[in-house]
Amino acid sequence: MIAEFGLAALWLAAALAALQLLSGCLSLTEKGQNLALLVRPAAVIQAVLCAAAFGSLLLLFARTDLSVLLVAMNSHSAKPMIFKVAATWGNHEGSMLLWVTVMALAGGLIALIEKRLPERTMLATLGAQAFVGLGFYAFLLFSSNPFERLSPPAEQGMGLNPLLQDIGLAFHPPTLYLGYVGLSVAFSFAVGALLTRNVTPEFARVMRPWILGAWIFLTLGITAGSYWAYYELGWGGWWFWDPVENASLMPWLAATALLHSASVLASRDALRTWTIMLGVIAFSMSMMGTFLVRSGILTSVHAFAVDPERGSFILALLVLNIGAALVLFALRANTISEGQQFRAVSREGALVINNVALSAILGIVLLGTLYPLLTEAFGIRVSVGPPYFNPVSAIFAVPMLIVLAVGPMLRWRRDSLGRIEKPIIAVILAGLVGIIVAFSLGGIELLPFIGIVLSLMVAVGSVLPLKGRSLRRLPLAVWGMVIAHLGIAVALFGMSADSAFTQQTLVAASPGDVAKVGPWTITLESVDPVAGPNWTALEGRMAASYRDEPAQRIAPQSRTFWAPPQQTSESALLTRWNGQLYAVIGNEAEDGRWQLRLWWKPFVTFIWYGGIMIALGGLLALMGRVSVDLRRRHAQRRIEQRHEGYVQ
Amino acid sequence: MKRLSIFVIVLATLGYGQVALAQDSLPPAPYAYRQLDDPQQEHEAEELMESLRCLTCQSQSIADSDAPMAGDMRHQVRTRIAAGESPEHIRQWLMERYGDYISYTPRMSNDTWPLFAVPVLLFLGAGLIVWRRIGRRSGKDSQ
Repeated sequence: MIAEFGLAALWLAAALAALQLLSGCLSLTEKGQNLALLVRPAAVIQAVLCAAAFGSLLLLFARTDLSVLLVAMNSHSAKPMIFKVAATWGNHEGSMLLWVTVMALAGGLIALIEKRLPERTMLATLGAQAFVGLGFYAFLLFSSNPFERLSPPAEQGMGLNPLLQDIGLAFHPPTLYLGYVGLSVAFSFAVGALLTRNVTPEFARVMRPWILGAWIFLTLGITAGSYWAYYELGWGGWWFWDPVENASLMPWLAATALLHSASVLASRDALRTWTIMLGVIAFSMSMMGTFLVRSGILTSVHAFAVDPERGSFILALLVLNIGAALVLFALRANTISEGQQFRAVSREGALVINNVALSAILGIVLLGTLYPLLTEAFGIRVSVGPPYFNPVSAIFAVPMLIVLAVGPMLRWRRDSLGRIEKPIIAVILAGLVGIIVAFSLGGIELLPFIGIVLSLMVAVGSVLPLKGRSLRRLPLAVWGMVIAHLGIAVALFGMSADSAFTQQTLVAASPGDVAKVGPWTITLESVDPVAGPNWTALEGRMAASYRDEPAQRIAPQSRTFWAPPQQTSESALLTRWNGQLYAVIGNEAEDGRWQLRLWWKPFVTFIWYGGIMIALGGLLALMGRVSVDLRRRHAQRRIEQRHEGYVQ
Repeated sequence: MKRLSIFVIVLATLGYGQVALAQDSLPPAPYAYRQLDDPQQEHEAEELMESLRCLTCQSQSIADSDAPMAGDMRHQVRTRIAAGESPEHIRQWLMERYGDYISYTPRMSNDTWPLFAVPVLLFLGAGLIVWRRIGRRSGKDSQ
């Protein structure tokens, strides 16, 4: 019953999306104005129905209802509850249902609360949101039905990929999806504004919280995903420039650019077309990411060609949505004026450089991700990896980071570098200190070297805007900017330090043997079998001491899951303020010794601290913006009330 | 969702499949999980291994994979480095054997030139946009 209820709710939600699209479009015409009344309620009811469908699927997974194909394929009755629930979105159909649910909820929310824009723009926006949503409903209902029954029911489920049975990963996809889909709202606003030729600072203010919210989730999702890859894959790498990772990085890059250009539009009424363009691109990148991950094209272009139904469907949606938006943009862009003018040396000028550099990096990541897929389709296989992405994106990242160090101190519209001479000198001094320190340590390669120097410059530059201002009266949004920029410096430092200073030791050891890695001395004490709810493992018990400090115990495991059968390495980490010890136990060699992999990774944790700071900065900015908006609304209402009283 | 199928074997051709299967049955090569004694040589080997693709994994270098084939290739790289071969020479050798696909560092060729041309175009384009948005206007303003 639950499965049928869920499917019915999904069909109804799709029908309401169609209603929302039709009434939204028609209400923009002369004759159809009455239909405007339908648009907002349709969006809200659609959200409720879609949430009900997703709730049904959650319930089916929680109960491990094996008469449902999707549950039988992806779950197992012996799994811990948390992973039963997480299995709901740990598969294709479930994750697409999560996608439309988030999208429907976002649409319902703007329909409920957003009253600041002209009503025509709102109707066009909700229509656009329904247009995108409808495509995904069709995808679910026609080619990825999550509620399909299995008859007769399976006796036992197939289980969830053990790599995914991890608490960090349970929440990674929903976080990313909130980000991906949050950008759909920015997209719909951009389309709505284009359709009604209404690109104003107010429009940017309305759009900004959505961009910020999506961006926070994307930042958290990428940070968490990178940390998960780091500790779960067992080789100490934290970013592989893997297409799946790039799929989450590309929307982030676009959203970061969009965030900054929307700020310019909101504060200065400049960069109008840029902002619209980036709004379209940001969500296009989200859909591109979904296509890459969901179509199966990454496993192999050939796998995609063999079973092209789903992939083609998403590709068609991608082309339809992006194509339509770009055509609309091309038709309308020249009717939107550029907005206010500004000089080269100004806050806007710095933000233009930020936008252009981020867009260029986005272009490179897109090229490096898609090019191998493209050539593979023609039978030529090339690999594009870190040796390409790192230096090529650095070409644009370096100037961007230099501008980031001084840009926030510039004034809007016009300024001179002479006015901020002292801060510039401070930033340059920080860079010099970085150069001297990095040189004295010696043996650092070019990119990590530049990274360390730039991280110091950005760190100093990012806190300088606080100088001479009352910290208690500083707006939250400014705090947000400072903390996010500082987070960039912290993460960059972590990345550079990890690649410059990491030390690795691979040894074969018997119990009692001692191994050294960097400042650590590690003794393998014993190797013992242990068992978990759905796995057994061999656990290497070790004592690790940092220089002369007392030893701490760590116990990496080599786990064997039985449903589905698979082996994973559970690394053990010891975190200090200045880095992490990373220990993995591998297989037993013929001579009875165990393979140990040990790394000392100085300051590697800064990568994720930085990521969290960036997200926190976004959160503060969001809180600041929303509270200012609420206060403004409140004040306006009081003025209106007073005015009414006066008239009476 | 990430790396959903890291251990899904991506066998592009039957040829690779046979290589991988043949090597599975052998005991692990000694230098798959052992470092070279000379730190300079080990550093060179690690750098090379990080830029070589593990052919049986999804998007992992041979430096960070548990796959048997990656282990064998690490052994190859380390023994060849220890024998005094240059890393680029080893890369060449592997590319001749397995195709360009094995190297994460794309070479400029008839198949890959867009990877190098597009960043140059992006750079010029970015410069042009910045100049048009900022440079010209400030020139006009200063008159």
